[in-house]
Amino acid sequence: MTAATSIDAPLVVKDLKVYYHTRRGPVKAVDGVSFELNRGERLGLVGESGSGKSTIALALMMAHKEPARIEGGSIMLNGSNLLDDNEERVRLRRLSEIAMVPQGALNSLNPVMRIRDQVIDGLKDHNVRMGIGEFNGRVTELLASVGLHPDVASRYPHELSGGMKQRVSIAIAISMNPSVIVADEPTSALDVVVQKQVVQTLRDVQERIGAAAIMIGHDMGLMAQFASRIGIMYGGKIVELGPVSHIFNNPKHPYTRLLISSLPDTRGKRRLEGIPGLPPSLLRPPPGCVFHTRCPEAMDVCMQDIPVNRELDERRFAACHLYGDADGREVAA
Amino acid sequence: MTTQTMDSPASETAQDVLLRADSVSKTFVSGTFRKHYTQALDTVTFSVPESPPTITAIAGESGSGKTTLARTVLGLIEPTSGEVVYRGVDVAEMNRAQRAQFRREVQVIFQDPFESYNPFYKVDHVLRTPIRRYNLASSRSESDDIVEAALRNVGLRPEETLGRHPHQLSGGQRQRVMVARAVMLQPKIIVADEPVSMVDASLRATILETLRAMKRDLGISILYITHDLTTAYQIADNIIVLYKGRVAESGSVESVINDPTHPYTQLLVSSIPQPDPETQWGREQEVRDEDEIALTGCNFYDRCPVRMDECTDEDPPLYRTAENRITRCYRYADSPVHHAPDLRSVFVDATSE
Repeated sequence: MTAATSIDAPLVVKDLKVYYHTRRGPVKAVDGVSFELNRGERLGLVGESGSGKSTIALALMMAHKEPARIEGGSIMLNGSNLLDDNEERVRLRRLSEIAMVPQGALNSLNPVMRIRDQVIDGLKDHNVRMGIGEFNGRVTELLASVGLHPDVASRYPHELSGGMKQRVSIAIAISMNPSVIVADEPTSALDVVVQKQVVQTLRDVQERIGAAAIMIGHDMGLMAQFASRIGIMYGGKIVELGPVSHIFNNPKHPYTRLLISSLPDTRGKRRLEGIPGLPPSLLRPPPGCVFHTRCPEAMDVCMQDIPVNRELDERRFAACHLYGDADGREVAA
Repeated sequence: MTTQTMDSPASETAQDVLLRADSVSKTFVSGTFRKHYTQALDTVTFSVPESPPTITAIAGESGSGKTTLARTVLGLIEPTSGEVVYRGVDVAEMNRAQRAQFRREVQVIFQDPFESYNPFYKVDHVLRTPIRRYNLASSRSESDDIVEAALRNVGLRPEETLGRHPHQLSGGQRQRVMVARAVMLQPKIIVADEPVSMVDASLRATILETLRAMKRDLGISILYITHDLTTAYQIADNIIVLYKGRVAESGSVESVINDPTHPYTQLLVSSIPQPDPETQWGREQEVRDEDEIALTGCNFYDRCPVRMDECTDEDPPLYRTAENRITRCYRYADSPVHHAPDLRSVFVDATSE
């Protein structure tokens, strides 16, 4: 496969930088992140708290707030850069081109509006014009697509369980057939049985409308079940990106390796090993590779030079000095 | 200390029981005009021996009663019926000295570290207060050493943690402070209520290993309250699966999770997101038939994919399907009914690692 064209790739993020400006200086929450997303693809962005993953979600929705600012890069959505758009244009592109499924723990639905009105409101806000009968039909259809009974339309959010509310959020997210769905920890705070149902629902609707999806989270189990590709974030950067099977079965970056081996499973008890040390301060990141302070394979060069992103295989990237000249060609940022 | 006299399973004597929840039930009442009763816990009996130290997982979804059980064991909730007995004394009737001992020897790590912090105090206060209260140090520098060692134990840098207010720490860091505090007191039992649910993967392993080391090196028994069967499997010896306040299945953690018998446990296990892209979730759909909630009989009837007519007759008893396993399901009616109330009678001995 050659580099994807913009037709295949509804989302191409290049060298994105988002900094939080504090009195003590800029916190580089997202520092040079690049990835692309093809139609129908599901990307999992995984990282610890503070790795920058949720900031990416906010930036993709252009919903970041002061003191966060986008310092550079581009977000090409269906071939045109979101960062060049004015506020009104961004508002119109949200939901219609890129839509968000909020965190499971957040109550993002309006508590005093019936579900039907919340779905229709989003459509009307985006200049969808149709008769009330058609609107109602669309609501029923959307609810059915996430496995909810038509009666749910006339209920208020507090009458619904957590899992049902998340299904409603998914129904709203797909109401205008966006080309990209961003889901930030969509099942946090949900029980395991409901979590599975919500993630499967998200996957079903994403496949049906042919959208690309990004799921952000820290649960590698969920990622293994959902994603076709995985990006591993550390210290504001994507340190490894590749197909889900490669990430789990043949991780390349030392951080990914440690992360994978730290995961508990139910196939025999074993000693659990975490990753020693702490995540770096993004206010004063260490020189060189951000991971070198915790890396068991750190070399002298790691303390001086920031490793560039190298393509090791087809669509498989790692930013690590272990994969120098011979192993891969450098990828232009 | 009084010696308790109650019908214990033959394998144990009263002296070797450290803590026992005895037929503990809890009904919550809500509503002013029309009372609404919720049976959060329904006659649960289990015990923790003095030795060897054991890790027992208490697992279930929200509403299963697992947190109610934890709080009851800690003496924070008084059971509607039944009692919690520590070293032979009913927790509800302890005198001052007994209560002080209980408070020190039975420590807790809560799910939400926000809840257990006073936001006006610095982290130092959380750690130094118990040192003062229990005279763990004879000098300020000794106290500093204990605090710093406890923090390093859980992967925190003392210089980046001390002197800070709770809101200046991440959820994972706050949780680790609470683990550090509990370990510092060297208790006999730790009740850990979802201790790693807010902690990142790389640290989760570290904290779970810390809990294991507490059992192995310090002889501390742990009640591990969780919705996460994967971590339960890794650290626990035995497991109690609760559904709507009742024991659905119990036994050695390996047998229960690798070969679940109760339809509810089967549903939970099949919902685990395995960290392996080759092991995908099944597509089976959950049954949930709200018109089929049984007023009598099995409380899982409305969600059960293999329900039978007889399931609504009366509540199924616990059947002993194997030496280390009991399950509350009529599909195992060929197995003998298990009469000993204490779940410990089917537990495996703690693994010595």
